[in-house]
Amino acid sequence: MEVTSPTFKQNAVHALHDAQLQKALGNVRAGFIDKRRKAADALPEFDALRDAARDIKDHTLAHLDLYLEAYEQKVTDSGGHVHWAETAEDARRIVLDICRMQNARTVTKGKSMITEEIALNDFLQLAGIKAVETDLGEYIIQLRNEHPSHIIAPAVHVNKDQVEADFRRVHDYLPDDRDLTEPETLLDEARRVLRAQYFEAEVGITGANFLVAETGSSVIVTNEGNGDLTQLLPRVHIVIASIEKIVPTLNDVSQILRVLARSATGQDMSVYTTLSTGPRRKGDPDGPEQYHVILLDNGRTSMLGTEFQDMLRCIRCGACMNHCPVYHAVGGHAYGWVYPGPMGAVLTPSLIGVDKGGHLPNASTFCGRCESVCPMRIPLPKMMRHWREREFERGLNPATQRYGLKIWAAFAKRPRLYNFVTSMAIPLLALFGGRKKRFSFLPLAGGWTRHRDLPAPESRTFMQQWRERESGKQRAAA
Amino acid sequence: MSDSGQARPKVGLFVTCLVDLFRPQVGFAAVKLIEEAGCDVDVPMAQTCCGQPAYNSGDSADARDIAQATIRAFEGFDYVVAPSGSCAGMLKKHYPQLFADDPDWRARAEAFSVRVHELVSFLTDIMGLDAVAAAHPATATYHDSCSGLRELGIAAQPRALLASVEGLTLKEMRDPDVCCGFGGTFCVKYSDISNAIVEKKTQTIEASGAELLLAGDLGCLMNMAGKLKRQGSAIEARHVAEVLAGMTDTAPIGGKG
Amino acid sequence: MSARDAIMGKLRKTLGAGADDATRRETVAKRLAKPPKGIVPERGQGSDAHKVKLFCQMAEAVAASVTRVRSPERVPKTVSDYLRAKNLPASVRMGADRRLKAMPWDKLKSLELKYGPSDGFDEVGVSHAFAGIAETGTVALLSGKDNPSTVNFLPEHHIVVVDAKDIAGDLETVLSGLRRKFGKGGMPRTLNFVTGPSRSGDIEQKIILGAHGPRALHLIVVG
Repeated sequence: MEVTSPTFKQNAVHALHDAQLQKALGNVRAGFIDKRRKAADALPEFDALRDAARDIKDHTLAHLDLYLEAYEQKVTDSGGHVHWAETAEDARRIVLDICRMQNARTVTKGKSMITEEIALNDFLQLAGIKAVETDLGEYIIQLRNEHPSHIIAPAVHVNKDQVEADFRRVHDYLPDDRDLTEPETLLDEARRVLRAQYFEAEVGITGANFLVAETGSSVIVTNEGNGDLTQLLPRVHIVIASIEKIVPTLNDVSQILRVLARSATGQDMSVYTTLSTGPRRKGDPDGPEQYHVILLDNGRTSMLGTEFQDMLRCIRCGACMNHCPVYHAVGGHAYGWVYPGPMGAVLTPSLIGVDKGGHLPNASTFCGRCESVCPMRIPLPKMMRHWREREFERGLNPATQRYGLKIWAAFAKRPRLYNFVTSMAIPLLALFGGRKKRFSFLPLAGGWTRHRDLPAPESRTFMQQWRERESGKQRAAA
Repeated sequence: MSDSGQARPKVGLFVTCLVDLFRPQVGFAAVKLIEEAGCDVDVPMAQTCCGQPAYNSGDSADARDIAQATIRAFEGFDYVVAPSGSCAGMLKKHYPQLFADDPDWRARAEAFSVRVHELVSFLTDIMGLDAVAAAHPATATYHDSCSGLRELGIAAQPRALLASVEGLTLKEMRDPDVCCGFGGTFCVKYSDISNAIVEKKTQTIEASGAELLLAGDLGCLMNMAGKLKRQGSAIEARHVAEVLAGMTDTAPIGGKG
Repeated sequence: MSARDAIMGKLRKTLGAGADDATRRETVAKRLAKPPKGIVPERGQGSDAHKVKLFCQMAEAVAASVTRVRSPERVPKTVSDYLRAKNLPASVRMGADRRLKAMPWDKLKSLELKYGPSDGFDEVGVSHAFAGIAETGTVALLSGKDNPSTVNFLPEHHIVVVDAKDIAGDLETVLSGLRRKFGKGGMPRTLNFVTGPSRSGDIEQKIILGAHGPRALHLIVVG
């Protein structure tokens, strides 16, 4: 997909003026936050489980090579195939090869951010294979030729009238009098259309929330049931997962599951948590005949052992963006690539380069709400700051910013000079502030005064007044 | 003059650059509150800013220089107190991280950080204050500034002390813990997004029905007051220390009306 | 170099594998052999009666319906009552699960029983759960030659029978049960944990039941 992260600022302005989008973003603020809080509050062990979840992933990452080996062995033992892919291109090629072997014409897909990351749909389309998204939100945005604006609610930016229009445009057999005005009727239409696709598809592709080394199982966590039909009905099931999805044992899955759904949607448990282990077995009445797993690196090994390693704990719950004031203001598309919000602000520069994704870690107030809700206790603001350091080291931020900062720092490091200059400048500024005690315009402060007044200084600096007060005291004492 | 045999704790006030330049009376209010709580206060002249603008812009080298100067300037004090959750958070939580690769300075920064406190939590948690002798008849709403709330756990303390202010009624706004959009340099680098965030904030402030906005960080206050004034709001804004110290004779932040 | 070798090489280099590999391998082998128990919520602990009660409560809280019956003999009648109450045709799809087969279905002359996987045209599917999980109101369903997974997803209504004695307080207990049943590291091909009926909130964040899976989940707790 086209990367528009470099024009984040313009994307943001565009988003801020999109009235429909702004209304839709209200649903994020209203919906997710309260539900998460209630679910977390109802489980006294919630915060201890967050610690446990963090420790599990840290342990796994420190032994990732060995757990991958163990996992691979288990998948092979259960009759599945493991493929390794270093890059997005490699992964796409492996998918295509499997599809070609099956003479596949239709592929169904469960909701998967990793296939967004490797831009699989467009690739398959070009190869003449129809890829059908089956998650309701993903289906809607596929019809709109868009990308997800949220990692667990991909169509959160769309309203029901837009969905109706899209359905009428694409499902052109629909009679005019068919009621499609409510989410219920829209869902029924999608359910009917997609049912047929599950049976038609030769290959079903899903992502994975976890890969379990103990058993060689892939785990998907969903609410709709589309992921299950995708991996159950076609002849071939392909799982695509990045290597950090590994966890050691089923018990570790259990620990993380307890924080996943609560953090994501405020459910204690998502409706369907499914563990798939290998293909259909002898005597099984249903299930895929082939089971493939593609283990994808695509930049993960380069994050390991760096200040960005903690990001590899991410379980893609979306809590960070649900609680982010910047995401609330501009929505997901403004971020310009696959992953939006705070987790995207850290991950995007890792995966597409800080030269392209540099705006993202800068566009944060460091309010820390993301870290405070992250089930895996990922220090997101800290890692955004690390990206800013890398940018600064490489001289990637604008020259005016760098010089401004250097001049300011030169003063800040020389208290005498600093106090002298400010004691001259501040009274003047206070004077200009006048009786209103504020500025509605001030040269060089346009970034501030364009949107808000600037409160004027009271009079003289504190340091000036304090010095006088103290020397006055000394005189009085003498 | 101390009436007990115990020595009064020596407190170094970290004024913060915004208070120094824009609102000295917050500094004097802090001095008054700390002295009344039973401490001696001094203000080292060798202080400027906590270094956040550099630190948050990725300029760690300058941030480290500033941190070292600050740590040196405050040696010899029992406590270092700042009337800002954001600056106190920088001193307390981030200075040690700045010296991850420098064991000597890391140890110094850690020893320094344990002495650092934000003003209001210092009064309540360290000095055991549970009431102040101030009066301010008004209906106020309190905004939790992000760093104070999430880095230092400041939420109950200001509310507890404000409850003891005679004539003051506290009316909570919806989502008092949501960022005001200031974010230091963020508010000018991404001014349109910052504006969208502060607009939502002023809506909730207005909806609270309060006539006075209080917070513990001048940066957030200047942002919110600046927006309220631009919108023509009559709501006044003050630092929480001004009200607790009974120093509310001067004009509010950004002026009246 | 194969992609596997390239990725493994990078990992092992970054992780400093090599010198202390024996220790690392031992750590991993130990954890796989003896999975740590972790933190288990207090919520599901207590007497069997508490677990069953909590299971029913939690299931109802996620929009499943629950009926309790004293013995397996009562299940067919309960199913038929459900069909009538919902105005559904007298026909159910199920696997050849021996626990289900042992129930007196033949007493209900008008009820059509269809065995085998679902073809997508079934109104009602019936499954027998491996276990229930009280902490979340979840049922665990295993695939196997007599238990098609399609029955869990394709019918409009899904009825799941669960024995009260199989209702555990927490997920870990069920995982231990799986290890006992399939051996260490063994698994059925498909293990479904189902918590309430299918739903979606993808249009304007409004939760609607019956997205792609069953619109209704009815649990029959036996014993």
